[in-house]
Amino acid sequence: MGEYLDKLSYYLSFPFVRYALIVGTLIALCSSLLGVTLVLKRFSFIGDGLSHVAFGAMAIAGVMRLTNEMVVVMPVTVVTAILLLRTGQNTKIKGDAAIAMLSVGALAFGYMLMNIFPVSSNVSGDVCTTLFGSTSILTLNETEVWACIILSVIVVCIFVLFYNRIFAVTFDETFARAAGTRVGAMNLMIAVVIAVIIVLAMNLVGSLLISALVIFPALSAMRVFRSFKAVTIASAVLSVVCAVIGLLVAVLFGYPVGSTIVTVDVVAFIIFALIGRR
Amino acid sequence: MSLISCENISLGYDGEEIVSGLSFAVNEGDYLCIVGENGAGKSTLMNTILGLRAPLSGNISFGDGLKKNEIGYLPQQTIVQRDFPASVYEIVLSGFQGRLGKKFFYSREMKETAKANMQRMHIEEFGERCYKELSGGQQQRVLLARALCATERVLLLDEPVAGLDPKVTAELYALIKELNETGITIIMVSHDIGAAVRYASHILHVGRKTFFGTVEDYKQSKLGKKFLAVYEDSEDSSDDESLKLLKAAAGSPDCKSGAKDGEA
Repeated sequence: MGEYLDKLSYYLSFPFVRYALIVGTLIALCSSLLGVTLVLKRFSFIGDGLSHVAFGAMAIAGVMRLTNEMVVVMPVTVVTAILLLRTGQNTKIKGDAAIAMLSVGALAFGYMLMNIFPVSSNVSGDVCTTLFGSTSILTLNETEVWACIILSVIVVCIFVLFYNRIFAVTFDETFARAAGTRVGAMNLMIAVVIAVIIVLAMNLVGSLLISALVIFPALSAMRVFRSFKAVTIASAVLSVVCAVIGLLVAVLFGYPVGSTIVTVDVVAFIIFALIGRR
Repeated sequence: MSLISCENISLGYDGEEIVSGLSFAVNEGDYLCIVGENGAGKSTLMNTILGLRAPLSGNISFGDGLKKNEIGYLPQQTIVQRDFPASVYEIVLSGFQGRLGKKFFYSREMKETAKANMQRMHIEEFGERCYKELSGGQQQRVLLARALCATERVLLLDEPVAGLDPKVTAELYALIKELNETGITIIMVSHDIGAAVRYASHILHVGRKTFFGTVEDYKQSKLGKKFLAVYEDSEDSSDDESLKLLKAAAGSPDCKSGAKDGEA
C-alpha cells in the first residue's frame, strides 16, 4: 500500500498528471449533470450519435494538421446537435434513423480520411486513441486545460441557472409549453450543452465511451434516489468519484484511462442497482 | 365579458378540417365539459385554447384580464413520467414555471403556495415521496396541485379520470367540483358523459353536430338525448356481462370501467 502511495505522490509531482486529474474531474462533473435529462428524454442516442460525428470531425482536423482540433470539432458537433434535434422533433422514428445514419456515416468517413491521409505512421494507433481516448488526457497542455476549465464553468452555471426549467421540460413538455416556457429554446440549449460536453469528454474517454460517462452515473443514482435534486447531486458526486478512482488506477497500473473510468462506472452501477433492490 | 370566447372557429390538421363553425364562451366560475366521440377534435380544441395550435379560421379571445399562461393545464400522462425520479413537491412547484418570467429560481412565496396547494389536494404527506410510486389517483391529485400553482382562475383538464377505478374517479370528481365552488373555472375534456351531466354547468359537444349550452338544455336537445341514451343503456344493463363487453368493443363511453370490472 505504502509503495503505491509513494508511486502516486511521485506521479502527482508531474504537471501533466495533475492536469489530467483536474480536467477529468471537471469533465466527469459536467457530463453527469445532463445525464438524467438525457436518459429520461430518450435522448441518450443523440449523445452517442454526436460522439461519432465528433470522431469524424476529429479526423478532418487531423488531416488539416490543425494544432488545436477543437476549432473544427466543436462547431461541427454543435451544429449537428441542433440539426438532430430539429429532425427529431417532427417524428421519432425519422429522428432515430437520421441519427443512426449520421453517426455511422461520420465514423466511416473519419476512418477513411485517417487512412487516406495518414498523419503519422501508426494509423491504427491514432484511430484507437480517438475512439478510446487512450492517452490524450495525459498529453494536455496548459491552454487546453484552461479551455476545459472555462467551458466546464459555463456548463455548470447554465445548468444551475436553468435547473428549474430543465426539470420542467424534462418532466412534462406539454405542460411546460402550456405554461409558456420556451420549450424549443430549452431543448436547443440542452442539445448545445450536450455537444460541448461530448467534445470535452473526447479528451478523457474517447468518442466511443462518452455515452457511458453521460449515462451511467445518472442511471446508478436513479436506482437509489427518489427526487430529481437528489438524483442530480448523487450522479454528479458519483461521476467525479468514479473518474478520480479510474484515473488514479489507470496512472498507477498503466491501464488505458477511458476504459478504466468506464469500468469503475459500471461497477458503481452494479453496486447501486444492488442497493436499490433492497 | 367572458373569460374565454371562441367565435366560429374551425380546427384541424394540415389544412384538413375536423370541426368547423364552433362558437362558445366560458364565463368565470363555469364548469364546462367538452364531450364527443374519439377523433372528434376534443384534444385539438384543447390545444387551441392553450395557444399551442392556431385555429384554421375564426377567433379566440381572452377576457377579464386573463393571460394565456394563466390557464392551469392537466395533461394526459406521458410515458416519461412513469420512471421519472421526482418528488411530489418538486412537481407541484414546477407549476410556477410560467410565472418565473426572467427569474431563474422559485421564490419563497411560491414554495409556500405550493405547499398550500398540496394541502388542498390532500397530498401534503406525500411531499418527499417519489411520483412514480403513487397510485393513479394520487398522481392526478399531484398534477392538479401543480395546475393550481399555474393559476387560480381556469383549469383545463384532459380526461383526468382515464384509467382510474370508480371509487377514485368519484373522489377526483368531488375534488374538482370543490375547486369549482371556490370560484375556479373548470374546462374538462371527458369521455364520461354521465359525470359530465352530473357535475358540469355547461356542455360542449364536438363532432359532426355540435352543441353548446347549459346541462339542462343539453339533456333536452336531440343530440344530448341520443348521446345520453347510449350511456343510460350501459348503466341500466350493468348486470349483463356480454352486453357490457359488446359495448366496450363498440367503444361507447363509460364502458371502459365496466369492462374492467367484468374481467376482475
